[in-house]
Parts: sequence; C-alpha cells; structure tokens
Amino acid sequence: MTAQVITVTSGKGGVGKTTAVANLATALASDGRKVVCIDGDIGLRNLDVIMGLENRIVYDMVDVIEGRCKLKQAMIRDKHYPELYLIPAAQTRDKNAVSAADMRRLCNELKPEADYIIIDSPAGIERGFKNAIAPADRVLVITNPEVSAVRDADRVVGILEAEEKGSPSLILNRLNPVLVKNNDMLSAEDVLDLLGVHLIGVVPEDETVIIGSNRGAPVVTDPKSRAGQAFRNIAKRIQGQDVPFMDLDQQGGFWGALQRLTGRK
Amino acid sequence: MDAMNPLVQIKGVRDGLLAAFADAEWEEQRAALLLQIDDRPAFFQGARLALDVGSQVLKVNDLVALRDELSERSVVLWAVLGESPVTEQTSQLLGLATRLSKPQPEEQKHGDAAAEDSALFITKTLRSGKRIEFPGNVVVLGDVNAGAEIVAEGHVIVWGRVRGMIHAGAKGDRTAVICALDLSATQLRIADEVSAMLKPQKNPKPEVARINEEGYLQSELWNEG
Repeated sequence: MTAQVITVTSGKGGVGKTTAVANLATALASDGRKVVCIDGDIGLRNLDVIMGLENRIVYDMVDVIEGRCKLKQAMIRDKHYPELYLIPAAQTRDKNAVSAADMRRLCNELKPEADYIIIDSPAGIERGFKNAIAPADRVLVITNPEVSAVRDADRVVGILEAEEKGSPSLILNRLNPVLVKNNDMLSAEDVLDLLGVHLIGVVPEDETVIIGSNRGAPVVTDPKSRAGQAFRNIAKRIQGQDVPFMDLDQQGGFWGALQRLTGRK
Repeated sequence: MDAMNPLVQIKGVRDGLLAAFADAEWEEQRAALLLQIDDRPAFFQGARLALDVGSQVLKVNDLVALRDELSERSVVLWAVLGESPVTEQTSQLLGLATRLSKPQPEEQKHGDAAAEDSALFITKTLRSGKRIEFPGNVVVLGDVNAGAEIVAEGHVIVWGRVRGMIHAGAKGDRTAVICALDLSATQLRIADEVSAMLKPQKNPKPEVARINEEGYLQSELWNEG
C-alpha cells in the first residue's frame, strides 16, 4: 500500500487543528485503516496529550531525522487501536531542527507502511507550516466561523494555491447553530462564499470535545457526541464515501439550505 | 571572487543584494549561486536577495525550491527580475517583487493613467496577503478579499467583490477611478486621497469611486449612460 499524506492546517492558532488530527486519525483507525499521525509543531507539541500518549514518548521526530533512532522506534502505538501510530514532535527543539526535505523523506519512508499519514501543522505561515505542507498529497484547512480565523484561512488557501498544492478542503469547526440563527455568527454559507473552496465537514460547538481532549480520549470514540459524529463523517468522506451532512439544527431550515448549497457542487 | 565564478555576479543595490546570472541552464545558475553563498555565509547572513534571471523561464517549483534553500541559509528572496512573462507571473504568484523599486522622477509628470496603455489582467480571486503592484491599469476577474492589496498607477477595475485595499493612481494621478461590482472595501485610495468609510451593503450594486470636483474621494452607483 502507499499512504495518502494529509496535512491539517489553519493559519490562525486555536481553531482546532490538533483536535481534528487526533479525531480524524482515530476515526480512520476505527474504520480499520492503518494511520500514522505526525505532530509537526516542533517545540510546542500537543498531539500526544490529546491522544493520551504523552507518557509513552521515548524518541521523537527530530531523533529520527538526526539519526538517533530508527523510524519504527519513534512510532508510538495507540492504546486502543493497534493500527494507529503517533510520531511526536520534539519539545526541546524548534522549527529549524527540521526542513521540508526532511519531512518529505520521512513521509516517503512511511508511505509503504500505512493507508493515511496525517500531519498536524503548527499555526502561522512560516517554516513549520511550510515543512508540514511540503509532503502533503491533500490539505485540509480548518477554520472557525469568526472573521479573523476566516481571513487567516484565506491567506493559507492563497499560499497553497501559489505553491501548486491544489485547492484544499475546508473543515468548519465549532459552529453554533443557535448563534448563526440569531445572526450573531458567520454561517457556513458566508464562510464558503468568501473562501470558495470545497467543504468536507462542519463540526458543531460541543463541550465533549474539550473533555475528551483533556482526558486523552478523542470524542470520535464517544458514540453520543455530536462533534464526534461530525468527525466520523469527515473520516468517511476522506475515504471517498458520500456521507450526507448532519442535520445539526433539528428545525432544519439552515441546514437544509447548507445541504442544498453543498449538494449543488 | 567574482572572477572565479563568472556564472553569477553579486552586487549591492539600494534594497539589498542583486545576483545577476550569465546565460546557462537554471540548475547550473542555481548551484553557482548557492556555492557563492556557502562560500561566504557571514556575508550573506540575513541578506535580502534579488535575482536578475534574464530570459530564463522559471516555474513555481523552481522558485519555491530556491527560496527554501535560500531560507535555510538565512537569505531572504524578495525579488526576481526577468524578461520572460512566465517568470514574472511565477514571481507575482509567490508574492515576490518583479522590479527593483527606484525613484522615477520623470514618471511624476501630470499624466492620465491611460497614457500607460498597459493593463495587468488577473483572472482569479486575490486572497488575503496578496499584494499586486503595477505601473498601469489593473483588471481583476474575481474578488479582492480582505487582507489583499492592489496598488496601481492607473485605474483599477474589479469584476467581483472588493473587501481588501485598493490604491489607484498611486503615483499621483487624481483622474484614476476604481470600479467594482461590489465595493465594500476596507479602504480605498486614489492618488493621495484616502477613504475608509465604505459600509458593506445588503444588496450590492456596481459602483465607481473617483475624486469629485470638491476634491473628495467618493463612490457612486454605476449608472452612466
């Protein structure tokens, strides 16, 4: 097999990149795929905490790149899914410890071993971000329905186009249907109208996400969580399945409109 | 040292360093440049580098690769000067300058923008962070998103929505105009007039912004003729 490399990025910090990576990777693994996550945020690593694996780290990505260990030794197996691995970032180094060529080499070495390689990009548009997108076959841009986050996403989409990475897919995270209804939040249509990219999923605001992250148990493992369901759906779409968008608002008016919008594509 | 390496000549210019290449394959030119830099790392550390590539045709991948290699050596690539339109387009796509800024006093002559017959035609949406500078008219077939900027010495026409910043008549031409299907810009400038009072509209109509008889920058609905 040869893996598809997917990079999750956003420009702005705090919109949910790391949470999305942990959840999508877990969802793909629970669908029986072999998944390797790479934490690209050298110096500010978080993915290990959200996946609940921080106490198992012995070697990290920089150790692999600088030849202090074998790739296999830095791959930490998940507690629940034997086909899910994490390659953690180094916490005591910075972005300059890695180059774009290193990332490409690392991914090429991993490709025969997995179905999906998911890279968690750091915030910003500097070196760490450039490293994270360098090996990507596909990029997911994640944003919140906030003007500042959308503007940063717009910038990132522009850079991806300029680097000939193709048009990315969009995850709209932390949407609150009640606020949208009261015209207090950008709607999915507003965001899509501005960014003009393909929407791959909308994740509702859901406090179980924070609880899950703190416990090191991504919400996709919680069958009752709405956000977990949304991430499971995105994972299905990544695998090429056609899954209808969730009806987040029980009254249906806005979501009906959203479905019409995305169905038109 | 230049005599040793006639493929690439480095000289100081107002905005940093300029590397001019002799005719050769791009791979050779690139290698020669990197060799020079590795030879004298202290000299190049933190430098702003412009390239004069002559008639060389460069694709996005070429320049991205070089930019990465330069940034690994703490050298910032900021401009690429070239004769090929492909190279120029590539540089603009990557947000690099395509000419060295130099004072051009004679262009300050009281000229109408149309005298510069050239127009830059852009057929895609300008996203945040993109800056277009052009010594003539600019036509955009797409939107100008918030955070994007256009600075033109002539008129600017946008067949789409404007939410970013547009500066027409940037060299002082007060007859320049800005037209758009939806003019909800964060800021418009014509010559040295600035307007920041444009409110987003519910039902946008095509508008044209110009400096009126009283000397204020004003936008009005497009209903001439």
